[in-house]
Amino acid sequence: MKKDLISITDFSKEEYLRIMELAADFEENPNQDLLKGKVVASLFFEPSTRTRLSFETAINRLGGRIVGFADPDSSSATKGETLHDTIKMVSNYADIIVMRHPLEGAARYAAEVSSVPVINAGDGANQHPTQTLLDLYSILKTQGTLDNLNLFMVGDLKFGRTVHSLLQAMSVFENPIFNFISPESLQMPRAYKHHLEERGIRYFEHEEFTDIISAADIIYMTRVQKERFSDPIEYEKVKDIYILNKAMLENTKPNVRVLHPLPRVNEIATDVDSSDKAYYFEQALNGVFTREAIISHVMNLK
Amino acid sequence: MKKKLKLKVSAIKDGTVIDHIPAKNLFKVISILGLDKIENQITFGTNLDSAKLGAKAIIKVSDKFFEDYEINKIALIAPHAKLNIIKDYEVAEKKIVEIPERIKGIAKCFNPKCITNHEVITTCFKVIKTDPIALKCRYCEKITAEDQIKML
Repeated sequence: MKKDLISITDFSKEEYLRIMELAADFEENPNQDLLKGKVVASLFFEPSTRTRLSFETAINRLGGRIVGFADPDSSSATKGETLHDTIKMVSNYADIIVMRHPLEGAARYAAEVSSVPVINAGDGANQHPTQTLLDLYSILKTQGTLDNLNLFMVGDLKFGRTVHSLLQAMSVFENPIFNFISPESLQMPRAYKHHLEERGIRYFEHEEFTDIISAADIIYMTRVQKERFSDPIEYEKVKDIYILNKAMLENTKPNVRVLHPLPRVNEIATDVDSSDKAYYFEQALNGVFTREAIISHVMNLK
Repeated sequence: MKKKLKLKVSAIKDGTVIDHIPAKNLFKVISILGLDKIENQITFGTNLDSAKLGAKAIIKVSDKFFEDYEINKIALIAPHAKLNIIKDYEVAEKKIVEIPERIKGIAKCFNPKCITNHEVITTCFKVIKTDPIALKCRYCEKITAEDQIKML
């Protein structure tokens, strides 16, 4: 029976840990010919330079060959071909499909239609599980553990799929604490707070971005976008509040690390880049090793 | 003292009575159960007074008996429906509708960006709450709330 990765909740805790193990192995030894003789279809129905290049690097380092397209204009979607037909065709050519699509649920549907494994590289505002796994790996690497951590999530917690997903993943580990810092209108949605309450996990909500971050093990920054506000005046009021600068990191713990799914606009000031605590670029590099691990696990290569 | 008024709807010899259907959903129920396509004798009444529902409808289908999985299809639009199985003019069995764990092919996903609203796909929802009803789409993972539920 084939294995897909569509949502972060598709994997069990044991599988998260297995991915961590494999990612570390690939970090040590990134070039392993496990995909030799295999063809990977990279189907990006929506452009995404970062994720696509990260995946394509991972595939290349595993010795695999890539077919596919990088944007919808160069796909048969322009001729009106359904996703169903595209996936049916591609699953005849390739051994595994990596897919990004603007519509939610597209990856789940593709997995049903395809005879080969499907990895979701992002479906609309829904899931982006490979990002979450690389976030987990980054947290594990920098903290030495995934248990007993104090996680601060800052910015757009309402629409941020990465923070939703990270919350779900981290909630399976021992004793996490969540601190949410956001404008009132962009708070973490009720459904996710409920998810924590059901598990007896503590969380705190704040509107001000202050030195409460001194308690943090991880500071996960996200961008507050103008388009998310129905009232532009509200945006103007809050747009400069959720910005991290180097001075704010002065009284934080030595082990704290600043993560960001990127691209970073102004929510992390450039002076943070020179701090030891800035980790967002290494985080992106971890993406390659994590994606190698995911492909390897899904195809049972080692 | 209030006079008890009883509606006379003809009794059936053998078959199924479906009571406590919200009046506004009568025809949807008929459609979902395919009652508009069968040849059996059917009687129904609608906009009858109901303490619980305000206005209710009742359907009596002669010589037809439903499997649980068939009748549970109406659970979304008639969650409090009660069935009387009639045999030889007597109530042989009473059943209630139970909201199944999964709803397939009946409801629409409210999310306009869900793939099910762009391609020909049978919708599939997990019922995550029953009172009020909340449906989680298998595909886009968004939750369609009771007041957003539209039938296909």
